[in-house]
Amino acid sequence: MSEARDEIFAQVRAAISKNLDATLESSQSRFAEAKNRINDHPVNLVPARGRLGKKARVDLFIREAERVNATVVRVSGLSLVPREVVKFLTNNNLPMLLKVSPETSEKRIAWKNQTLLKVSEGRADGKDFSSFSLAYAGVAETGTLVVLSGRKSPTTLNFLPPCQICMVYASHILGSYEEVWARLRDSSKNDGSNVFLPRNVNWITGPSRTADIEQTILLGAHGPQRLHVVIIDD
Amino acid sequence: MDPTTENFKTNVRKAIADNNLSIALSKLSEGFPAQRSKAVNRLPEFEDLRDQAREIKEHVLKNLDFYLEKFESRVLESGGKVHWCRSAAEARSTILRITRAVGAKTVTKSKSMIGEEISINEHLEQHGIEPVETDLGEYIIQLRNEKPSHIIAPAIHLTMKQVANTFRKKHLHLAPERSLNKPRELLEEARDELRQKFLCADVGLTGANMLIAETGSIVLVTNEGNADLTYSLPKTHIAIASLEKIVPTLEDASTILRVLARSATGQEMSVYTTFCTGPKRSDDLDGPENFHIVIIDNGRSDMLGGEFNDMLMCIRCGACLNHCPVYKVIGGHAYGWVYSGPMGATLIPNLIGIDKSHHLAHASTLCGKCEEVCPMRIQLPRMLRSWRQLYFERHRVTSISRQLLKIWSFLATWPSLYRFVFSIIIAALVSISRKRGRFKKMPFFSKWTKNFDLPVPEGGTFIDRWNRRKQL
Repeated sequence: MSEARDEIFAQVRAAISKNLDATLESSQSRFAEAKNRINDHPVNLVPARGRLGKKARVDLFIREAERVNATVVRVSGLSLVPREVVKFLTNNNLPMLLKVSPETSEKRIAWKNQTLLKVSEGRADGKDFSSFSLAYAGVAETGTLVVLSGRKSPTTLNFLPPCQICMVYASHILGSYEEVWARLRDSSKNDGSNVFLPRNVNWITGPSRTADIEQTILLGAHGPQRLHVVIIDD
Repeated sequence: MDPTTENFKTNVRKAIADNNLSIALSKLSEGFPAQRSKAVNRLPEFEDLRDQAREIKEHVLKNLDFYLEKFESRVLESGGKVHWCRSAAEARSTILRITRAVGAKTVTKSKSMIGEEISINEHLEQHGIEPVETDLGEYIIQLRNEKPSHIIAPAIHLTMKQVANTFRKKHLHLAPERSLNKPRELLEEARDELRQKFLCADVGLTGANMLIAETGSIVLVTNEGNADLTYSLPKTHIAIASLEKIVPTLEDASTILRVLARSATGQEMSVYTTFCTGPKRSDDLDGPENFHIVIIDNGRSDMLGGEFNDMLMCIRCGACLNHCPVYKVIGGHAYGWVYSGPMGATLIPNLIGIDKSHHLAHASTLCGKCEEVCPMRIQLPRMLRSWRQLYFERHRVTSISRQLLKIWSFLATWPSLYRFVFSIIIAALVSISRKRGRFKKMPFFSKWTKNFDLPVPEGGTFIDRWNRRKQL
């Protein structure tokens, strides 16, 4: 296979030096611009609506998320989350069963006060009805949630259950995708690793949908049919 | 699947005579193009973002070797494996080898155009491995043994009734009298069928909308969430991508994502945009233990820096198909291979040769709409003209075409004669038509009038009308 690799690179290099960049002979100077781009990862144009102040940002996040059929609620503290989840499940006639990510149990959410609700923890197994997880960030620009995989946040919770409930701290709702990358980069600086992304970074913009049958938009294709966002004002 | 691009003329006749197809395609105009223009109007920076997206790709192509190497080393650092393949055949055997090594019986798949290009499904089937398409549209056409007719909406050529019939024929374990009269019922049935497949698959095979050199990540964009179930449940995740899919950084990927969905379906952002980096980490609760990325050349390095270099910037949004007056009438299958519309007509000859696919470049009005809506501002009409010219230079054209071209070029170099001749023709057509405004039949134009009426020219030649306007 290394033969294939060598041949591909030889062909690519020949085409570039013949047609695209004949002026730069030495590959050292040729790559200067590209190296800088990787090292500095400059931010390109961010639309004005991705550069709002904090209050306007949260408002825009809610509007954009609702435009793509998510439902959004704001609560003033963690202690109010269980009641809010039960209310949502009741209103939508959903079973009182919830699979939560270990990350959220760490936050000591007082599920026990909700005696009707049966809560279990872990990855999704295909039999769950509703999941509850924590978003790393929200992006106001398009009402997008950013969810990371990790040892306490299984990816399958976001995709297998038909109903997804996701909480996000208001202070983590940022303007643009670029701000999320910046936050991820900052938090990884300590361990000095080149691999600063978790296995999966999932941007989630509304519940799952398809238009594959006569271009009719239907919610709930393979992923969740409902996406409920709980914003914790902090 | 072997291309049938040589049979383009027969394919088109079949397409135009197909009633179901014209019903299905009639919904295209109100759908994607209308949504696109709404999304564009909501984002004042859209045109500037297009310029930046194109600049990123121009820069990438000039430094392709650098970014590919960077990407490779990042994938290795994160614990994944990289496989380089020169041709479709090499890619097929590489993927088969990986799936066999993990003892796979079933492979779930999310939609991938490069997967279609290399016919990976047929290859796996021939070797006893079951590929299961999980995108709803791809699932439908897999049951029907068809090719995608659109790069982002593969079953756009079908009516709901046809889908229902297919499900009845193929899902024989379900009650025959069940109701399948609503799109929702069809969706639920497909969803239930695929649920078990997702949970039992040994390998998940995805494409990649982009490869990010900085982090060694692949980007997956879907609305259904099928790609995410495809990579997160099986033990092995294989991603396939052609080598021009690379972008430098997460920031650059974000810029391209801002124009991708808006151009494609008119969404501000697709529902699920996923960045996968390497296999699952040792203490992750789910995710694949093995991650392979298969990078395929298959003709791309030949295009690099040449006349068709622009085509390597294509992000497969489908906007050029959605806005093409030819595509909207004949659909995707008439083009005879997995790609279609203006991007297909430009790309296909690069991959299978102009001799087999020269009809495609001629099946264009060169109206320019494709270039106008292309998020990467790819000069599709220019390249279609190049293909026409290349073909003309290399082949004998029938003597009647040559004669007609000679007459036309003679007239075109004598403007007053040109106007005189055409004003007579126009006047004659108007008088014969007796104000009906259109012809049902016309000598030499029977191929056209068989399916459409020919409109009568109105108001003289362009120059006549220009002069009249100036006098007003």
